[in-house]
Amino acid sequence: MRPMNEDELAEAIRGAEGPLRVRGGGTRPVGRPVTGEVLETGGVAGVSLYDPGALTLVVRAGTPLAEVAAVLAEEGQMLPFEPMDHRAVLGSGGEPTIGGVVAGNVSGPRRVVAGACRDSMIGVRFVDGSGAVLRNGGRVMKNVTGYDLVRLMAGSYGTLGVVSEVGFKVLPVPEAEVSLVLEDMAPGPAVAAMAAALGSAYGVSGAAREPGGRVLLRLEGLAGSVAHRAQALAGVLARHEACARLEKDESRAAWAAIRDVAALADMPGDVWRVSVKPSDAPKVLDRAGGTALLDWGGGLVWLVQPEGTDLRAKLGGIGGHATLIRASEATRARLPVFHPEPAALARLAAGLREKFDPRGVLNPGLMG
Amino acid sequence: MQMPQPNDSVLDRRARIITMLQEVLPADAVIHDEHAIRAYECDALTAYRCPPLAAVLPGSTDEVAAVMRICHAEGVPVIPRGSGTGLAGGALPTADSVLLGVARMREVLEVDYANRFVRVQTGITNLAVTGAVEGDGFFYAPDPSSQLACAIAGNIAMNSGGAHCLKYGVTTNNLLGVTAVLMDGSVVEIGGPHMDAPGLDLLGVICGSEGQLAVVTEAVLRVLPKPEGARPVLMGFGSSEVAGACVSDIIKAGVLPVAIEFMDRPCIRACEDFAGAGYPDCEALLIVEVEGSDAEIDEQLGLIKQIARRHDPLELREATSDEEAKRIWLGRKSAFGAMGQINDYICLDGTIPVSELPRVLRRTAELARHHGLEVANVFHAGDGNMHPLILFDANKPGDLETAEALGADILKLCVEVGGCLTGEHGVGIEKRDLMTVQYGPDDLEAQMRVKDVFDPRWLLNPAKVFPLEVSAGRRVA
Ligand SMILES: Cc1cc2nc3c(=O)[nH]c(=O)nc-3n(C[C@H](O)[C@H](O)[C@H](O)COP(=O)(O)OP(=O)(O)OC[C@H]3O[C@@H](n4cnc5c(N)ncnc54)[C@H](O)[C@@H]3O)c2cc1C
Repeated sequence: MRPMNEDELAEAIRGAEGPLRVRGGGTRPVGRPVTGEVLETGGVAGVSLYDPGALTLVVRAGTPLAEVAAVLAEEGQMLPFEPMDHRAVLGSGGEPTIGGVVAGNVSGPRRVVAGACRDSMIGVRFVDGSGAVLRNGGRVMKNVTGYDLVRLMAGSYGTLGVVSEVGFKVLPVPEAEVSLVLEDMAPGPAVAAMAAALGSAYGVSGAAREPGGRVLLRLEGLAGSVAHRAQALAGVLARHEACARLEKDESRAAWAAIRDVAALADMPGDVWRVSVKPSDAPKVLDRAGGTALLDWGGGLVWLVQPEGTDLRAKLGGIGGHATLIRASEATRARLPVFHPEPAALARLAAGLREKFDPRGVLNPGLMG
Repeated sequence: MQMPQPNDSVLDRRARIITMLQEVLPADAVIHDEHAIRAYECDALTAYRCPPLAAVLPGSTDEVAAVMRICHAEGVPVIPRGSGTGLAGGALPTADSVLLGVARMREVLEVDYANRFVRVQTGITNLAVTGAVEGDGFFYAPDPSSQLACAIAGNIAMNSGGAHCLKYGVTTNNLLGVTAVLMDGSVVEIGGPHMDAPGLDLLGVICGSEGQLAVVTEAVLRVLPKPEGARPVLMGFGSSEVAGACVSDIIKAGVLPVAIEFMDRPCIRACEDFAGAGYPDCEALLIVEVEGSDAEIDEQLGLIKQIARRHDPLELREATSDEEAKRIWLGRKSAFGAMGQINDYICLDGTIPVSELPRVLRRTAELARHHGLEVANVFHAGDGNMHPLILFDANKPGDLETAEALGADILKLCVEVGGCLTGEHGVGIEKRDLMTVQYGPDDLEAQMRVKDVFDPRWLLNPAKVFPLEVSAGRRVA
């Protein structure tokens, strides 16, 4: 099914006789495999409202991410949270949609200063499992009118409702960027250097360690300011290593690769995404072994593991959570894709699903 | 403002309920004396008051859980309270309720600079969180003007904002985790020092739920390194329209100030009389603040002043010392106090798209004239969060009602232009009955379903947020 507008989307869900597999661009086959009729959102597309002077964009969910980026770029603006493109790492095709980004709360390197996708969302419209069209939030930046279902929809992977429209707070594209580089850093010192950088006053907007041990620290903003901060930050890091620099396009390319986890794309095995307290990252690497990319100063660990490994068993005792992003259908059916939750939270989550999708037709079982 | 009839069966069991509470709490933590309990009969929406059946001040999450279990078993409504600075009546008790205050739980439990977070008990004041880390060069970003008094508990419940949230976001953007007690007494931990929580974003729904989903007892908050410096510039304009246009141009230009504050003539005048901040005599004034090193500030302010000059400012004054910066902020920071000196007022906080500023200001003035009252405007212009202050005389019969009617009209206007009823103060009882202006029946139903899951019997702060007739079928109380 491919509804062409919100009404048709509601109609399709209302009329569903069995489970539906909700699909945006189909570039992120994340989660426990779902069987059911495919419901494509790509037809519900287009910009509803763009007000550059208010930093707000409202866009229908099936709009390709590339189109969103292009519309914003014309006014020198961007989505703040730098969403990852999953195609390389998942070996998937298709065109990512903004609805898919929202469903997965997909957030990239700039998350350390700009927040996650959920933090930039200011409004949603969605269709719940009974086919009712609902809305929450709106087009303004500050809104505490009633409960925040906007955030509830972010990262709910289409299990509470199918998003039809999303409002975002957007940001100006920084005039300049530069990255400081530290070579050959072991995980411990790398995380310490990143912590020092993120704990400085210089507004570091990206802190990552590539699998080879190269650490990148990004600065963005007005040209003069970036130059000043790059020098000051190098001073902070002096005791770690002498700093090299990546300018403009080189820096941009490096961060695009980090954002898309390109370094792990062609490696055989399963890919896990681990969210931990940054200072626990070296311990995670130590226990898990395998190739790793660290983002968010260590708070986000991307790991390659031999096929079928239960990574969580190795990480027991370290706080945080692990999500299985890339694995065979068999593995994803066997190992929980999302980190098992404590019973009380699982009960609340199940209760919410039951309320928003009483018939259990929206991606049933995808989140476990 | 109507509140539900107290439940007689609960009132009849008053003595027994108090005894049960005394069994799980220290003697001085259960307040039921007729005089002492007056301290808890209202929050900062003082026009509405009602002493609760009892007030309890537990000292730990376990004690909170014990209170909740008793109230759950006895079918007693619970009203959570932080510092009682809420402006929407969110912490207003009913006669059959137990008011649960977290004011005795104010410890800093963990400070971690390497991972940039603190873990606190939620009774701690907003300013004390920054106080705990500022010696080491860090701060907690959300800065409500009430920060000296308000508690993190209330900040989380209301998803509070402040002058600097244009850059740093509101509470929900700075909250990493909570420990919370559900109405049935079960304790849940959501999120933590890691940057995102697994599964559905329950943290996101609890934040801003006005104490209706859970009692939050501990919080993990993100702290940030303090910027090298900050400097405000003050601009005076001949009309609100021009000031509004200037705000839009600044935002579009690619410099993102940390704050853009707006004041109109009535407010400027009151602040001048009260604080003598040396503000220019003009129709509208902006305070724009940027952060960074001196050189960076020069670069940003250079751009901002260039934009401002295109709008023919009557005054363009950049602070050249800390002293001058303080003076520029002095008037703005004392705005509410200043207005309070000359009048009683209702403070609204509807949010609008920034581009609608001129129209909304014009219509607000018309509405005020129509109701025969004066409105002063002071607000966070960068994010469109208005703060119209409706001035009235509480001693004049009917004046409060007229002010409330004008307030409702202004909020409807905010919704009409694409905005919302409240940007940071919350709905509480004050805006409860206006919820249908912003949301359709299905939208409200969807929100109430969330409460059904967390609190199936609707015992936790039940008579707030949703119009009473809309929530009637769900509330036992
Ligand atoms: C002069 C003045 C200026 C203000 N300026 C601002 C401002 O700039 N920005 C802004 O956003 N607000 C502002 N406010 C409003 C108010 O300070 C905030 O809403 C604040 O967050 C309330 O905190 P509190 O601890 O006083 O909460 P309370 O008033 O005690 O309670 C507020 C709500 O939170 C709930 N609650 C309290 N504790 C808990 C808990 N432990 N668990 C669950 N729910 C709980 C209550 O039930 C109630 O619904 C201002 C108020 C005043 C009086």
